[in-house]
Amino acid sequence: MEIFNGGNVASADIPDLSAADFRREVVSRCKADARLVNLFGCSLEQGAVRLFAILGQDDEASLSIVSTCFSADSPSYEAITRDLPAAHLFEREIAEQWAIMPKGHPWLKPVRYHANYRGVADLWPDIAERPIPGSYPFYAVEGEEVHEISVGPVHAGIIEPGHFRFNCHGEEILHLEIQLGYQHRGIEPLLCAGDLQRGVLLSESIAGDTAIGHSLAFCEVIESLAGVVAPPRAQALRAVALELERLANHVGDLGALGMDAGFLPTSAFFGRMRGDYLNLLLALTGNRFGKGLCRPGGVLFDLDSGMADDFCGKLRQYKNEFEEVSALLFSRPSVLARFEGVGVISSGDARELGLVGPAARASQLEHDVRVEYASGMWQYHHIPISLSATGDVYARALVRRQEVMRSLEFLLKILPGLPRGSVQVPIGPVRPNALAVSMVEGWRGEIMHVGITNSQGRFARYKVKDPSFHNWFGLAQAMRGGEISDFPLCNKSFNLSYCGHDL
Amino acid sequence: MLKILLTRIKQGCRTLAFPKGQLPVLPARYRGRPLVAGQRGPVDLGVSTFTPDSGMVHTTDFCMAARRRADLVLADNEKLLALEVNQAIVKMFGRSLKLRQVSAGGCNACEADINVLNTPVFDLSRFGIQFVASPRHADGLVVTGPVTHNMRTALLKTYEAVPDPKIVIAVGACAISGGLFADTPQSGNGAGAYIPVDLYIPGCPPHPLTILDGLLRLIGRLRGE
Repeated sequence: MEIFNGGNVASADIPDLSAADFRREVVSRCKADARLVNLFGCSLEQGAVRLFAILGQDDEASLSIVSTCFSADSPSYEAITRDLPAAHLFEREIAEQWAIMPKGHPWLKPVRYHANYRGVADLWPDIAERPIPGSYPFYAVEGEEVHEISVGPVHAGIIEPGHFRFNCHGEEILHLEIQLGYQHRGIEPLLCAGDLQRGVLLSESIAGDTAIGHSLAFCEVIESLAGVVAPPRAQALRAVALELERLANHVGDLGALGMDAGFLPTSAFFGRMRGDYLNLLLALTGNRFGKGLCRPGGVLFDLDSGMADDFCGKLRQYKNEFEEVSALLFSRPSVLARFEGVGVISSGDARELGLVGPAARASQLEHDVRVEYASGMWQYHHIPISLSATGDVYARALVRRQEVMRSLEFLLKILPGLPRGSVQVPIGPVRPNALAVSMVEGWRGEIMHVGITNSQGRFARYKVKDPSFHNWFGLAQAMRGGEISDFPLCNKSFNLSYCGHDL
Repeated sequence: MLKILLTRIKQGCRTLAFPKGQLPVLPARYRGRPLVAGQRGPVDLGVSTFTPDSGMVHTTDFCMAARRRADLVLADNEKLLALEVNQAIVKMFGRSLKLRQVSAGGCNACEADINVLNTPVFDLSRFGIQFVASPRHADGLVVTGPVTHNMRTALLKTYEAVPDPKIVIAVGACAISGGLFADTPQSGNGAGAYIPVDLYIPGCPPHPLTILDGLLRLIGRLRGE
């Protein structure tokens, strides 16, 4: 069944296939030209669970949704991952959240360490008891000359927690396993439990560095279910904020990459320039991360013409500075030697793992929500997709550099001519028994929120997907055959979210 | 090399004069210390997420850190310079303070704005304050996040690994009170429930200047108005 970005359908109308047909449909379509965008469960009455798969045919910009139901007494099915590696983490999540066994899953381990949402026996006994995930069955490489390095959860920097286990032969990494879950706050159940006001605040805290991206996705789900369209001016201001968020993070990432390549001048300059964009968000929204801007029905802050002129003037100056400093970074032989050929992901691997965002575009996967599933302001102003072919750290840096320039051009284009009118409309009751989907191209890639309402018009299930959920396995894959000393650089080139993954 | 030098000259010196000279002025929409007048009761900065739709009126005053949890509860429009100085901390760490950061369920906004203190704009190291890679090299911890179920053990172990005497700084609404995640099944109600806290820096996230101001007051480098 077709569904479009920002659209909603009656839950009862979504095709309900048998488990075998569901599997066949997902696998065959993804083997052809579709991409697995989302795969998640939702509880029904009496312990039954319904699985939904959302497939994206990016070339044709079409999304489709299929489902299958499991009764309480038959909670298992043939794992999709065996034929479709991109389903790997989704199926682990389903096993953990709903205690449904994907039979024959090659890598069935917990994701976030919590009790399942069905209130039945967990697939992993005691998973919710121990505060630290101590029983994780790490993949181990055996042999006399193999050694292991374990890092985390508390890292040597001001970053979030996660555990990395390297299996090495000398300096060469044979395998890296990334175990997360430390940041798990239970966002999805909390989003179902609370009211709208609390929900939007929670959405801003799914990943604080993507506050605009996630709150925008949340608002679009609510607006879809309430049958309301945010006024054009609000949509334009949301786009401004989302691009400022992208600019701040991409510029910061380029600085961090310079730092890890040992080139400090650009890291100091970019580090400072990142703050310029955050300060624009502060001027617009009163918060450096844009918390408080997006609300269902529109935005809470307007940008008068004086401020818009001021923003344009500043952005023109920032653009000049960025051109100069990035030219410095990308022309240093020592930097290029460090970037090139490190952490390579081939286009085929990237497709098979289902990577999204700049990491996918650096491996020449042409996918950008702003172009293919354009909503809001992006329907009227097209941003070219930034691509690179080599799939290494250099490519991931280059894609960011291009995207910074294109975001700046986009902002300079729309700021002088913002649509007129109000910035917020009231929100009425939401449609009961429906499923709404929204997608946003956050700075890390494709964000998807899915809201499913019950007969009282409250959320029976709220599914959040941060792009990091797709991409963490890409980082592990990129490290294979690399050197231990490449890890920090490679890690920065992905710069994934821990809390966005852990929820 | 010449290009690097040329760019360096163009970039110039960007470090804020703070804490010397005039206080930096933040944009009018910045939501700093709220005005209590007109509110029904006292305002607890340790719980507030400083959201614009809370009905509160905010000033642009960014100085909000407090040494005691109770000082975050504002009963009237007093200005919060509530940093009763602890002479032992000043004597021990006033000229050199090494900190280890632990994110215990933070959304990475607090972490990002702590990180910003290392940029040339704030240049934290000029005050002798530094974030170090190991708790064993540290004089204290900076904790963010509500302390999730899965991070509790890691936080306690990191705390134990810091040699005595040590201090703890809670940054952000989550670390102070649990914030949005207070009393939820997977999270605790902030760092204070597990380890003693010496400095509370409110915000969601706090502005870097709020954090810097708090740190400087804690070690006696900044006093009075």
